[in-house]
Amino acid sequence: MAAIEVRGLERAFQGGVKAVRGVDLEVAEGEIYAFLGPNGAGKTTTVRMLTTLLRPTGGTARVAGHDIVREAPAVRRAIGVALQEAALDPLMTGRELIHLQATLHRLPRAEARAKADELLARVGLEHAADRRVGTYSGGMRRRLDLASALVHEPRVLFLDEPTTGLDPVSRKAIWDEVRALNRSGTTVFLTTQYLEEADQLADRVGIIAQGRIVAEGTPSELKAQVGKPHLEISIADGELERAREVVARLGHELPPKDGLVLVELEGGAAQVAPVVRALDEAGIAVESLQLVEPTLDDVFVAKTGRHLEGNGDGSGASVEAAPGDSSEDGARPEQPAEA
Amino acid sequence: MAGLVANARVVASLGARSVRQTFRRPQLAAPIVVFPSLLLAVQTGGAGGAVNLPQFPEVNGFLDFMLAGAMIQSCLLAGNSGGIALAVDLEMGFTDRLFAAPISRYAIVLGRLAGTAALGAISAVYYVVIGLVFGVTYEEGVGGVVLMVLWVTLAAVAFGSIAAAIALRAGRASVVQGMFPMIFVILFLSTAFFPAELMQEPAATVAEYNPLSFVVAGVRDPVVSVVTGEGALKAFASIVGFAALGLGLSALAMRRRLRLG
Repeated sequence: MAAIEVRGLERAFQGGVKAVRGVDLEVAEGEIYAFLGPNGAGKTTTVRMLTTLLRPTGGTARVAGHDIVREAPAVRRAIGVALQEAALDPLMTGRELIHLQATLHRLPRAEARAKADELLARVGLEHAADRRVGTYSGGMRRRLDLASALVHEPRVLFLDEPTTGLDPVSRKAIWDEVRALNRSGTTVFLTTQYLEEADQLADRVGIIAQGRIVAEGTPSELKAQVGKPHLEISIADGELERAREVVARLGHELPPKDGLVLVELEGGAAQVAPVVRALDEAGIAVESLQLVEPTLDDVFVAKTGRHLEGNGDGSGASVEAAPGDSSEDGARPEQPAEA
Repeated sequence: MAGLVANARVVASLGARSVRQTFRRPQLAAPIVVFPSLLLAVQTGGAGGAVNLPQFPEVNGFLDFMLAGAMIQSCLLAGNSGGIALAVDLEMGFTDRLFAAPISRYAIVLGRLAGTAALGAISAVYYVVIGLVFGVTYEEGVGGVVLMVLWVTLAAVAFGSIAAAIALRAGRASVVQGMFPMIFVILFLSTAFFPAELMQEPAATVAEYNPLSFVVAGVRDPVVSVVTGEGALKAFASIVGFAALGLGLSALAMRRRLRLG
């Protein structure tokens, strides 16, 4: 049984604005599914419907085997939710929040106390447990929010932009926790506007734009749809043509660009070493080389004609670039490789 | 039965949070204690001679008369503070945490009102003590004081339900806060601070039929005279009326909010 099944899900708001326009998706038990898209794409609206906070205006969805409209209380018992911007009361302490969450999920008092200790330790907040949330950093708030969502050991965990605005260290801490949860069997549905987050965490990614899923698959499948990794090789003067002949034997050679030899590698990084060896054996001096892999942003561009801005750095950029802005230079992170 | 107990536990927990929140946020606590205390001090000190006016009811002292007004003002403001706090919860998304939990949606409002009830009771006790310190005579004794605390507590819940309805409908703390002047208008158009006999028309008629005046009388009677069945019934009916209005509007606002998201 799928943990989440969505068929033709729609949500229109007053004034006829359609935030979600017929989303279909299926998330298997134990999977991490990332919903990737810019602000306003329909990610949060979809999550709010799946977590029973918002009624759909069309379509159906089942979460943990329960219909989100007709069996909403059963859905709420099965899910954990950490919403965007960590909706925490700054006047409560971390421990009070976990206790309250435990009460909401009908845990007996003694169990709630033990659970609070366990979860606060798990997310590294035991030292701050009795401090008011208002004194927490952004990363601490997110970790507390995550801990509170786990109090009843949910089958399906919804995380709405769990790392937006966090520094790299805090982001990694959240990722590690999500991975650990997933290893213990929890299905995770997360929304993100960060390509790296989707790439690193998700078993499968759904790319959403303007309320519709425009692409879906594993990160590798999606990237493979828009091209293969290629190697950009800078060669010493006078050796360019000979280098092209050598690399053409190892992969599909692409037209040279800016004096660089370009070769597409089916096997990605695993094929870099043979190329380097072949050039070395031919006595060709390599000045530098870089393995350039397709990114989810390339997928996003291919499917929507737009970039997800600020994708690689996780800096919180979220605005879609204007249509037609298809420059690849700024958006493609490159992996340097030692020659 | 188990569901009822679980929901009662949720209401109690949310009520406790509400009380803690009020004491931790001075702007919520101050109106409940500071404003009515100041008004009580200023009016008692400055207008104490009013008891000598020919039509003024027979009382042991002006503070005896004013105490009920301060209590009702305090519980009106406690209700309003509860509404503001609920609106703040809505604004910061805290209520989403509650809506996403497997609890009755109405437990969220009832939890807030439980907190308001506790604040009402605390403020009532505070004003009873103020009265004792400054020489008020409670004509109906301990039983009368218990009745006063009960009326104030129930009235706080009733007024809180109206504020909750506004919070749920508007979703913005500034809107609920905007009700502040209205509270004073309603209060001054009742017998909270001035006997109807000494008011000019049309204020006297408005005050006579203002349900708030019945609640004020219910709280005042144990201090200045005797508790009558008719007076108690009028006070109770008025509180029930306010509560029915507030809870009805809250239910409608909640349904609308859940429908629209």
